[in-house]
Amino acid sequence: MVNRPACLPARETDTQPGRLGFPMFVQQLINGLTTGSAYALIALGYTMIYGILGLINFAQGELYMCGAFVAVLLLATGQVGLVGAFLAGMLAAALLGVALERVAFRPLRGSHPLVPLLSAIGASIFLQSLALLLFGPSDRPFPVQLEFRTVEVAGLPVSSLQGLILLTALGFMALLLVFVRYTRYGKAIIACALDRDTARLMGINVDRMVALTFLVGSALSGAAGILMAMYYNATYPRMGLLPGLKAFSAAILGGVGNIPGAIVGGLLLGVAESLGAAYLSSGYKDAVAFVILILVLLLRPQGILRGKGH
Amino acid sequence: MLTLKSVQAGYGRLVVLKGVSLHVRAGEVVTLIGGNGAGKSTLLKAVCGLVPVRRGAVEFAGEDLTRLPAERIVSLGLALVPEGRRVFSSLSVAANLELGAFHRRDRQQVRRDLEELMGRFPILRERASQPAGTLSGGEQQILAIARALMSRPRLLMLDEPSMGLAPKMLAQVYDILAELKRSGTTLLLVEQNARAALKLADRGYVLETGRIILQGTAAELQEDPEVQRAYLGKGYREVWE
Repeated sequence: MVNRPACLPARETDTQPGRLGFPMFVQQLINGLTTGSAYALIALGYTMIYGILGLINFAQGELYMCGAFVAVLLLATGQVGLVGAFLAGMLAAALLGVALERVAFRPLRGSHPLVPLLSAIGASIFLQSLALLLFGPSDRPFPVQLEFRTVEVAGLPVSSLQGLILLTALGFMALLLVFVRYTRYGKAIIACALDRDTARLMGINVDRMVALTFLVGSALSGAAGILMAMYYNATYPRMGLLPGLKAFSAAILGGVGNIPGAIVGGLLLGVAESLGAAYLSSGYKDAVAFVILILVLLLRPQGILRGKGH
Repeated sequence: MLTLKSVQAGYGRLVVLKGVSLHVRAGEVVTLIGGNGAGKSTLLKAVCGLVPVRRGAVEFAGEDLTRLPAERIVSLGLALVPEGRRVFSSLSVAANLELGAFHRRDRQQVRRDLEELMGRFPILRERASQPAGTLSGGEQQILAIARALMSRPRLLMLDEPSMGLAPKMLAQVYDILAELKRSGTTLLLVEQNARAALKLADRGYVLETGRIILQGTAAELQEDPEVQRAYLGKGYREVWE
């Protein structure tokens, strides 16, 4: 697994844990928030789709990978700017998500809940293999040399790349909350998640709202993929596997089906993971997320925020 | 306005409606009474497209509803206030009302209708930004009716609006229905509370185990000994003694 932050002032393994005191702690906090914001974006996809269909789309990580690949390949041509490539990557992930719903989930509606779950895992394996076939197994660097400096914020060093990633991710989350709470279609999605039959009585086409949910959730996963491709400077077919599973844990931690819960869960998980890596051992980094998942399932299976909040 | 021709409907292998025919004319208030499991709710759901019609036909204002999906039916002018109110509990009262007009394109008129309904039901304005789930049962019933009215229905169907309401709330809900009747709204009212329903209605049908067993004007039904015994709780002495 390639985990190499492109331009961090200090990689977590470079320093002796605990020796640098407060600045080290803040640095780990920022590292955690950065990866956590990506988990949160993916977790939003999980939780929204769970909210409306009651299924866990385990191919969410592959949408993350798809967004990253499309953006990186477009950037590598030199014809497209960073913003253009970013939006194209999100769009590609969104369309792939909608196609996935059509092919892998809609025909199975009304069947036993395990069936679409298996279908999601199948779709995940299929997309990973397809990417392997198309793009090869090696990782690609981010094609654009990003000029980033370390800036001092209140006496603490912060990488401007991290700042950019964090702000972009938080911006998307804010946009999503506005969409869900204040727009017609956002409210219609919530209505479908709460009570499908009554939503239909209002004239809401549930199939269309499901497709819209996949569109939005997948676009967010795609955005997360591009941000992390920038952060780790690596894009490869299996890149979505671990973030996908961790974001799933984040969604459970926040309360699956709960939209603010996914954000809280994602950020918390990122921070816990980063602090765990710094103060316990970086070898345990990936384990932290799953220990949290197990603890939540044992102690508070409904998550931090319960219900289909929005 | 609404015509059902020997409609059969059910769930899976279970046939609930075994050939029901009835009609509602424009401007009328028609009630459908019957006990638990008679098929009252299924009938309304079949009309709305939530339960498929297996045989027979449903026609509304010259359109065949039989194969139309539920989300298309509301735009023809047919609205249902579902059993148990079914407000969107975590959405605000205002959002619930807005969703009632989801299919409408005339945004400005929708806004005016929203204002008008909030004027008519001040409790909804008071609670406009509160989650609908925090309202009392009676308030939720008022919200559910107002939400249905937001679609500007030509025919409003109500599934047991009296269910679980305190007597005071029940009177208030029936006052609203009486007002709708005066304003010329066509109503199809499904009730277990036959007393309240027959007082309001022009005509009525009695549904038992999926069949219409009796029909007539509200006055006729109120006088019918069978209806009195089974649905109005009169004449038990004769039965038991």
